[in-house]
Amino acid sequence: MTAPHDRPTAAELLEALHEWMERDLLPGVDGRLQFHTRVAINMIDIVRRELELGPDQEARHEAVLASFGMKDDEELATAIRSGTFDSDLSAVLMRLLPVVEDKLRVANPRYLR
Amino acid sequence: MSAVSISNLQRLSGGASRETWRFTADHEEFVLQRVRPGTIGGFQVEPRVLSAAHHAGVPVAELVVDGAERTELQSPFMIVRQVEGETIARKILRDERFDRARIALTSQLGVAAAQLHQIDTASIPGLVADDQMNRYQTVLRDLGEPHPVFEAALRWLHINQPESTSACLVHGDYRLGNIMVNEQGLAAILDWELAHIGDPMEDLGWLCVRAWRFGGAFPAAGLGTYDELFDAYASVTGVRPDPDVVRWWEILGTVKWGIICISQAATHLMGIARSHELAAIGRRVCENEYDLIELLTERTR
Repeated sequence: MTAPHDRPTAAELLEALHEWMERDLLPGVDGRLQFHTRVAINMIDIVRRELELGPDQEARHEAVLASFGMKDDEELATAIRSGTFDSDLSAVLMRLLPVVEDKLRVANPRYLR
Repeated sequence: MSAVSISNLQRLSGGASRETWRFTADHEEFVLQRVRPGTIGGFQVEPRVLSAAHHAGVPVAELVVDGAERTELQSPFMIVRQVEGETIARKILRDERFDRARIALTSQLGVAAAQLHQIDTASIPGLVADDQMNRYQTVLRDLGEPHPVFEAALRWLHINQPESTSACLVHGDYRLGNIMVNEQGLAAILDWELAHIGDPMEDLGWLCVRAWRFGGAFPAAGLGTYDELFDAYASVTGVRPDPDVVRWWEILGTVKWGIICISQAATHLMGIARSHELAAIGRRVCENEYDLIELLTERTR
């Protein structure tokens, strides 16, 4: 399923790294190093979630941009900046919500409410 | 200054442009902040702001030496008397030790903000006005990363900009993390380096930005309601803050923190300071986009 590579898969490698950092590394460090270790574990989890959810999210991002008639974020940002959507900014923001929720599902799912 | 013996000199964490040291002299604790060598300027206005705040009754660390023009330490510095207490937001919000402090803190922050906003800006030479919206709009454009949600929020802010009622001394970074808290509540307001002349509601809005609630359930510093904050503010000034104006500043504050997150990641990506911590902050940008959608739509109201 991950051809041409052997197991562990990329996700499984990151999972193993996360487990080792949490079990063996974290208990032995404190202060700034402990904080930075937690940041590192968190970054591993972000990449794990992106590997899992990323492909579907890419399609949704493109669909939302297409619904605005835009090819990328740059084009949409420029259109908004020039005032094209001034009359209905909250509707624009509502349509962007699924894209932002997808980013949070990867970066920090606990932030969603 | 007469000769004194210095002991327990230790380096504390500091920002990108300054060093912070703590030391003991004649059995008293002091904090020294020095401009990192190679950095231009620094401490030109801050010592004056600090002493003006002190004279106005705002709780601040007492200025002991204004080293803006002094040369003993090669670069500008200032020394203040150490204030005992806690600055770490999560501890202030959760530790049992601060149970009583949490009850008092929102009102104390409202009162202190009102007091500092009443300081005569003419008494602080060198203090300059800062157009926050214009500044961060420019920063976002210079970073060159497209963020449609921030662009939409900036358009909304532009269209709905309130008329500034007064030009006051504004702290500029008035939030949990930049205040010293003891068991009784507010002990000192720290980090005056971003002080400028602006709309006083900037400080109240910034205090309520979701990032500065640190997971707390309430808007003001994570632990108080808007009403508590506004009532305390009005008890000093006699005028209750306009909730819509504070909200406008809270929205600008959310855009501003989002843009700062992008620039922190850029600091790493451009190689100015390689750091996985800075890199990770880049993935916090979307938290601010999410908050802005909530603030600017009827989604949850």
